[in-house]
Amino acid sequence: MAKPLLEVSNLNAWYGESHILHGVNMTVGEGETITILGRNGVGKTTTLRTIMGIIRERKGEIRFAGKDMLGVPLHRTAHAGLGFVPEERGIFSTLTVDENLMLPPVVADGGMPLDEIYALFPNLHERRASPGTKLSGGEQQMLAIARILRTGVKLLILDEPTEGLAPVIVQRIGEVLKTLKQRGMTVLMVEQNFRFASRVADRFYLMDHGKMVADFPVGELPGRMDTLHKVLGV
Amino acid sequence: MTMIFGIPLQAFMGQLLIGLINGSFYALLSLGLAVIFGLLRVINFAHGAQYMLGAFVAMLMLQYFGINYWFALLLAPIVVGLFGAVIERLLLSRLYKLDHLYGLLFTFGLALTIEGTFRYLYGSSGQPYAPPPALTGATNLGFMFLPNYRGWVVVVSLIACIGTWLLIEKTKLGAYLRAATENPTLVQAFGVNVPMLLTLTYALGAGLAAFAGVLAAPVYQVSPLMGSNIIIVVFAVVVVGGMGSIMGAIVTGYMLGIAEGLTKVFYPEASNIVIFVIMAIVLLIRPAGLFGRDA
Repeated sequence: MAKPLLEVSNLNAWYGESHILHGVNMTVGEGETITILGRNGVGKTTTLRTIMGIIRERKGEIRFAGKDMLGVPLHRTAHAGLGFVPEERGIFSTLTVDENLMLPPVVADGGMPLDEIYALFPNLHERRASPGTKLSGGEQQMLAIARILRTGVKLLILDEPTEGLAPVIVQRIGEVLKTLKQRGMTVLMVEQNFRFASRVADRFYLMDHGKMVADFPVGELPGRMDTLHKVLGV
Repeated sequence: MTMIFGIPLQAFMGQLLIGLINGSFYALLSLGLAVIFGLLRVINFAHGAQYMLGAFVAMLMLQYFGINYWFALLLAPIVVGLFGAVIERLLLSRLYKLDHLYGLLFTFGLALTIEGTFRYLYGSSGQPYAPPPALTGATNLGFMFLPNYRGWVVVVSLIACIGTWLLIEKTKLGAYLRAATENPTLVQAFGVNVPMLLTLTYALGAGLAAFAGVLAAPVYQVSPLMGSNIIIVVFAVVVVGGMGSIMGAIVTGYMLGIAEGLTKVFYPEASNIVIFVIMAIVLLIRPAGLFGRDA
């Protein structure tokens, strides 16, 4: 396996009184694309948000590029190299497409230059001056990904990138992820669209009841279908 | 003599000017309130006290250090802004997790404390603060004499309002502010120090109030009660403009100042209540305010 970039061990997290994560263990290697699978409500989004530092009631260990992340305040997480694309996309309605794109501060060298971003997402260039929320769902998702690519983060965390999007847009996002992979970007995502995930992921984590119950490379997928059906209920 | 609607032009223009000057203060103060409410979701009841502090800091700087009006116009907002930053960091920031009502109650208590302290130290009667020598006298506009200082107030407050609007709408810092108003957690996850942004915003709002206070010192008197006299009207302006709307605060401030001035010409008895009548009508027809987005 590639050199670990993100190492999570025995991660527990709470929403107020509710104990959501019960000892999550996972490793993401440099340049890997990892997908977390699991039914609704098992803690997939919570895992991402806890790693990102948005959920602060957490215990266990999160190491990123060898650095302990548990004590790092939320506004320093991105500077350590983690970029987040939330499930709801988080496009700001009072900002134009361009302002949305330029909003996240550049945290390290090596981010994608603006002309390459526009080459990858030509729609965004055409609609630069429109308010962010006037974009279609697919364009908003692309904007949400594009603005993180600019910043030079090492790990892209995506929460359900294809949710609610038309098949042609899903395909486009798949192409974008493959391009990013070729450029060496590490990706950790939660995805319900199984077919999409199997096209882009190197490895899967299967999650149930707040912890990882299986971990396997994409090649083992056919042999794991029984377990997947059981855990995912599909 | 030229008449407008049966009123001598001079009287009409005189009241229009008074309305414009009051409107300048309404605009500056409601702008600060709107900036603070937009990001912090705090209804800053201490805004009047911060306006009063601006005037007092200018007056005390002159009395004790011989610092003139021009430097005071620069320094007093910085002093009051720093005071605001300390208050936000140490006290107000602890209340964000609670209901918005606590922020309102806290700033209300803060206003009473500041005003009470100044009333104890300086009494409740006002003290004069002379306009700068360069701005004394008046200019003959042909149809009326315009006191130079009042003309200056109108111009400089307009510049401050436009400057603040540009800061928020056209700069990167402004984009952070607008984005953080919508989704502070995500902006923070992008690597922006939102708690620092909140402190700066409160300091900016307090500084704007103090700036208005220094401008007001030569027009009105410097008195511990000058803030509480004006703040209720300013809250009405904010409600009419739409809570949190920057442009709404500016335009409504001037508009209501002028409406008040013109009411003094045509029906003086109603001049003290006209703003509140307009507020009631706006609330009935458009509860989000003239420039507010319907929530």
